Amino acid sequence: MNAHAEAHGAHPPVANQSSRVDSRLLGIYFFIASEVMLFGAFFSAYFFARVAVHHDEWPPKPYELPVYATLLNTLILVSSSFTMHWALQSIKRNNRQGLIGGLALTFGLGLTFLLIQAREYTRLGFSPHDLAFGSTFYGLTGLHGCHVLIGLSLLAFALVRSIRGHYGPAAHDHLGVEIPGIYWHFVDVMWIVVYTTVYVL
Amino acid sequence: MRNPVRTEAEAFSFVIAVLALFVAVAVAGILAGGWIALVAFLVLGPLVFYRYFRSDPKTVEPAVWERDRSGGLHRILVVANETVAGRALRDEVVRRAGEDGRVLVVSPALNTRIRHWTSDEDEARAAAQARLDESLGALAAVGVDARGQVGDDDPIQAIEDSLRTFGADEIVLSTHPPGRSNWLEAGVVERARERFECPIAHVVVDLERERSLADR
Repeated sequence: MNAHAEAHGAHPPVANQSSRVDSRLLGIYFFIASEVMLFGAFFSAYFFARVAVHHDEWPPKPYELPVYATLLNTLILVSSSFTMHWALQSIKRNNRQGLIGGLALTFGLGLTFLLIQAREYTRLGFSPHDLAFGSTFYGLTGLHGCHVLIGLSLLAFALVRSIRGHYGPAAHDHLGVEIPGIYWHFVDVMWIVVYTTVYVL
Repeated sequence: MRNPVRTEAEAFSFVIAVLALFVAVAVAGILAGGWIALVAFLVLGPLVFYRYFRSDPKTVEPAVWERDRSGGLHRILVVANETVAGRALRDEVVRRAGEDGRVLVVSPALNTRIRHWTSDEDEARAAAQARLDESLGALAAVGVDARGQVGDDDPIQAIEDSLRTFGADEIVLSTHPPGRSNWLEAGVVERARERFECPIAHVVVDLERERSLADR
């Protein structure tokens, strides 16, 4: 045993985390900040193509976007934020059925969103090769779709763990649901912005 | 101040705020065109985000820390700013510590906001250390086993940092009297009681009154 270990009773000293945030939360801060910058780059390309390159009608004729069908899909995704919140509130009250139900519903709604988007892609009538419009449209919505897919993977892990009896009402016992929940809400926020700017305006 | 990525509940509230904002922007865009939607976003965006970020957090998770019960010692965490050397605080600490109490005095390094954000805190830390030394000297003189440290300028954060290494059984928070205390105005005592699940005593130290009494 060296002198350092002896001084601390044969085990290392307790880490002094004097940071303002928990290190795991700090990780998700940096991750989401980098994601915002990534989406920012795609939005910049989109607005450049729309405002600086195309001075006439947007979307350029003869292309059209399924605004109302995607509105329904948007409502599905926004609903999944509510079910995610329900899941977290349930585990905080030690309601495991609520946690499992909330996570399963969130997963189902997210999967439905992704399948509808995939179906929409097959019926749009244009591809990423068609003008800057097509490239930026598929770039933005595809990037978001990838994030939904990652979110679904995280939700699947959390769902399986919750079915196996993991997680508890204490704050440090359900961080494995809390962090995917934050990520899922971020995915929702980005879609609200994407839908409004790309489909509605 | 709220932080949309601190907890899921905060993130959910942020979704609602963004949803409300973009519904308004979309309506403006549908009724009056894309440029009006941009104006709506530029006008409403700061309002919505200001309201969101400046409102109180929806939920505050209680802090959890390990309380070392070995030896049966009573551990008291004392947090005080300029009042750290006040007589009223010293008397209260002496009374609570008794004969075998252990005391950790934390003096937050009070700083201006601009200096805080530019990491210019040497002066603030030096001033806090000087106040702390004076307080520790006074406590030692009356036989209290106390040690001290300079803490974060946010008193709640200073408490949380201290609890990671000092498993306090109770916390004593000292402030100036109402009307002269920034901490009271910022609701520090209420926030501490909400966040830390242990007895929290609030001691008001009137330094001006103590000085005038001493001058007589």
